[in-house]
Order: sequence, then structure tokens, then C-alpha cells
Amino acid sequence: MVGRVEKTARLIWPVLSLALVLVVLAALLSLGPMPLQRTATEAFIRLIVVIGLYIFIGNSGILSFGHVSFMAIGAYGSALLTIPPNMKKIVLDLPPFLTALQLPTIPAALIAGTLSTVFAFVIGVPLMRLSGISAAMGTFASLAIVYVVISNWKEVTGGASALIGLPVYTDIWVALIYALLALGLAYAYQESRYGRRLRASRENEVAALATGINVRRERLIAFVFSAFIVGFGGVLHAHFIGVLSSSSFYLDVTFITLAMLVIGGMNSLAGAVTGTIVVSVLGELLRLIEAGFDIGTLHLAAPRGLREVGLSFLMLMILLFRPQGLTSGREIAWPLAPKAG
Amino acid sequence: MTFVLQNIVDAISLGALYALTALGIGLIFGIMRLINFAHGELIMLGAYALFFTFGMHEAIMGLVAMALVIVAAIVMERVAFRPLRRANPATLLIASFALAYFLQHLVLLIFGARPKSVTFLYELSEYFVVEGLRIPKLQVVTIAITIVLLVGLVVFFRRSSIGTQMRAAAEDFGMARLVGVRANSVIAIAFLLSGVLAGIISLLYVVQTGTLTPRMGVSLVLVAFVATVIGGMGSLVGAAVGGLVVGVLTVALQAVLTVELRPYRDAFVFAVLIGFLLVRPQGLLRGRSARERI
Repeated sequence: MVGRVEKTARLIWPVLSLALVLVVLAALLSLGPMPLQRTATEAFIRLIVVIGLYIFIGNSGILSFGHVSFMAIGAYGSALLTIPPNMKKIVLDLPPFLTALQLPTIPAALIAGTLSTVFAFVIGVPLMRLSGISAAMGTFASLAIVYVVISNWKEVTGGASALIGLPVYTDIWVALIYALLALGLAYAYQESRYGRRLRASRENEVAALATGINVRRERLIAFVFSAFIVGFGGVLHAHFIGVLSSSSFYLDVTFITLAMLVIGGMNSLAGAVTGTIVVSVLGELLRLIEAGFDIGTLHLAAPRGLREVGLSFLMLMILLFRPQGLTSGREIAWPLAPKAG
Repeated sequence: MTFVLQNIVDAISLGALYALTALGIGLIFGIMRLINFAHGELIMLGAYALFFTFGMHEAIMGLVAMALVIVAAIVMERVAFRPLRRANPATLLIASFALAYFLQHLVLLIFGARPKSVTFLYELSEYFVVEGLRIPKLQVVTIAITIVLLVGLVVFFRRSSIGTQMRAAAEDFGMARLVGVRANSVIAIAFLLSGVLAGIISLLYVVQTGTLTPRMGVSLVLVAFVATVIGGMGSLVGAAVGGLVVGVLTVALQAVLTVELRPYRDAFVFAVLIGFLLVRPQGLLRGRSARERI
């Protein structure tokens, strides 16, 4: 009996401990002033995206530069389903039924997430045939295509001008709940047979193929699943900011989310969470320095760009001195018992 | 007829610019299997060097810019990429991504985000007019420089000892080291050459556009990626051919697409990239180093 309890505890501890950290962080930060809460909310949304990235990159070992496109599709999908019809009529040029359509937020979010998933499936079927650098280039090309389309498709996305009028409902608690869900789903996937097969192919593709694993199929499963999570991250982002512009779904977000994953350690869920927390805290500190502070009558402010310079410098240092990331790809182990044989 | 000829001239000169960029990236990829995102930032640094030295004699401006870019390329290799040489290509790719981001924002920190403008070699933006055809002198110069550099590189790779060593390293790095090719010098020289190429592109690009932003290298380098994939990753001639093909493709799409579709031009270019990855992943010209090793 005790053995079984301990076994269960050991199994769920890696994800439970991360969830506890997030809940405690959210509880503490929700007591803070509004700007701090907003920063925390943004960090939780980023975390969802990073967890989504981890599901694919971490388990498959294949770099994807394309996941931000799922974020974009989730965000614009949900926007089209929730913006009030009279507003849509002014700024967009949609088919009548879509103009008239206004869904409650949760069904809209689910549909938008599904839309990202379907898109991921469509591009994943061909792209998952690729490995290594080709896969990275292919996913990047898909991001570039989505970006070009979103920036120019005036009728549907508003094109170069920002899309406004989205209901704003993402606060720190909403973001936390979805982040916890993403965390649980990612862990469940990683411990499932699918996750383990994919991890086997990450360690040695040829050996995995030889043991009968359909690597391409396993990759596709992870790709599509991760697209759903990332798409949801996009939805929450859209309803956090309330304004969408295509430029917020391109290289910058790609860089920052990949940085989070790599800094934390891309081979573990603990790494995804650690990286997101470390980069968010550091980014916020640098932002505060950028905004400046007063010493007596003296106002000191660092020039714009310091945050990005600091972050990319940190990322380079970590790559040079700790190429496996802060967690070295390990999960958090159950602390109480000696290691099982 | 003039319309067609005009487009052909445009296509070749744009293709030449892309080919030079792709060559710089292909050179490093062949030897290190590194796709150097930061190559675009070398180009950007050169342009800002021109801005910084603006007002001096133009020869000095050009020399300073070239020198800075070459030094930056060598420092980049020594500081960021040499420690990572044994890392897998994905880590290298992320490192170059981080480096590119770092350099962009460092320049943004120093010079600000607002575009700067520089006039450099203004004479080159004048036109030759031949039978109704307007040929900017710059295009002629770009094409000439590209041909000279290509021939120079081919001679270098075929005739010189270090060039032969570089080809050997590109083919099988481990084997080349076993027979006495010095990894450090081969890679350093590859970066030096890519610095030379990047520097020349800075000069040509500034003459052409006259404006600089911290982000100016990004779009060029993205196009060059497409070019290296289409031409064949790991093949130098392939990179040059790929650059030319992308230039021609871009101009052709611009000419052929309807007005509504024209804004989506780059999406078509990237779709061609995906098509190549799927149907002909080895590219137009297969580099020997491009095969997947087990």
C-alpha cells in the first residue's frame, strides 16, 4: 500500500512540484500592484506557448521555428469569433455569416485552438518527413508564409493596421489555470507511450526506427498536439492585449520563447518552466532599468534595447557554458525516498 | 520587349546580391554545418560603420566598413562558435540566432531604432540608358563584382593549398583533420571570407538603399537561406546558383502576379523553399556534405 502511494507520488511529483511553484507564484504576484500582475499574466501566457514548444521540440529533438504561426492562428481565430459584429462590419470585409457570428469566449477559444491544430496537421504531414536543419528551415518557412498572409489579408485580419475590439478576459488567474492545464497535458503526453516513443527517436532515430517506431507519425502527433497548446497560448494572448497586429507574431516572439526553452533546458518540462520564469524575471528587471529610476533628483534610465541585449547575451552565455540548459534536461525528482533500483 | 529586358536586368542584379549573401552563408554551412543567422548582422554592422564614418573620404569609409565586418566575423567565430563546435546543429543554430538578436539590439541601443541615411558612392545610382532600357550603374557594378568574386573564389578553392583544405573539410571534416587539415585555421579563414562577402554586400546595399536600420540584415539573410536550400546546402556553386534563382524568381513573381497577389510575393518564395525541401532536399546542386550521416 505504502509502496503504491509512493510510486504514484514519485510519478506525479515532477509535474506536481512545478504546478505548486506556479500556484504559489501566482498567489504572491496577485497581491502586487497592477503592472506587476500584468507582467505575471504575460509570463504565464508565454509559459503556455513554451510548454507547447517543449511538447514538440523537447520530445522530438527537432527545432521548430514555426510554432508562433499557430499562436497567430489561435489569436486571429478567436478574435474573428468574439469581436462584436458591428465592429467587424467597419474594419473587416468578411462573409456575412462570419460577420454576424459572435461566440462566447470559451467556445471561440476551443474553435481557434482547433483551427491551429488543423493547420498544424496540414503542414505537419509534409514537414514531418524532414529531419534536423531541413525541418527547422521548413517550419521557419511556414511561419514566414503565415506572417506574410496575416500582414496582407486586409479583409480578414485587418492587414497592416491593428485589429481592435477583442473582449479582454485573460487575467492572472485565467492564465494560471490554462498554464496548469498545459503543464498537466504536457506531462501526461511525455509519460505516455507516444511520448516515450518520440523520446526514443530523439535519442537515436535509427535505433528507434529499427525497433518499429513510426518516427514520422510520432512526430506528427507531437506537432499537432503542441500546436493546440500554442494556439491556446495565442488565444489567451489576444484576449490579454485586446489588440492584434501581425508583427507581434513573428521573429521576436519566436526568439523569446525559444530562448526560454533553451535557457531552461529543452529536454525537460522543468526546463520549460524554469526558463520561462528566469527569462521573465530577468526581462522585467531589465525593463525596470530601461524605464529608469530616481536617485534624489537624478533620473537614471538605460537606453532602449537593453532588455533584448541582456537576454540574448544571457542566452549565449548559457549556450556556451551550459549547453543543456539550466536544468540539464532533468525533471524534479521525488525528494523523500532513496532512488529506486 | 523593353519590359522583359528591364526585368531580366533587374533579376540578374538582384540575384547577384542574393548570390553573394548566400555564398557567405553557404561557405560556413559547408564546413561547420552552421546556418549563420548572424551573417545579416555582419552586413548591418558594415552599413553602420559607413554611417559612423560618414563625411570622411569615401575610400576610407569603405575600408573601415570592410575591416570592421571582417574583424567582427572572425571575433564571432572565436567567441561564440568555436566553443560550440562539437554541439549539434540545432544548438549552433540557436546560438547564431541569439548572436544575431544580440548584435541587432546592441546597435539599436547605441544608434536608436530610427532609420539612418547615408549617401555613399552616389555616382553609382545614375543610369545608363540603352535603347530605352534604364540600367543603373550600380547593377552593372554588382554583377561585375559578383562575377569577379565567384571566379576569385573558384580559383582560390581549386588552386590554393588552404582552399583545397577547405574543400576537404567541407566534404568530411573528421577525415580532413585526420590527414592534417587544421580545423581552427580552416574555419577562421571561412569566416574571414564570409566577412569579406558580407562587407561587400554592406557597401552595395547602402549604395542602393541609402537607409539603414538595426534590422536591415534580417530580410537579406532570410532570402539567402532560401537560396542555399534551393541551390543545395553545402555546395558553394549551389549557393551562388540558388541566389541567382531566388533573384529571378522574386522579380518574375513581381512581374507576373496580379496586383492583389503581389503583397504575398514572399509567401510564394517561401512556399518554393518548402517545395524544394520536400521534393529535392539536396537542392539543385548536391553538396557532398549534405547527406545525412548516421
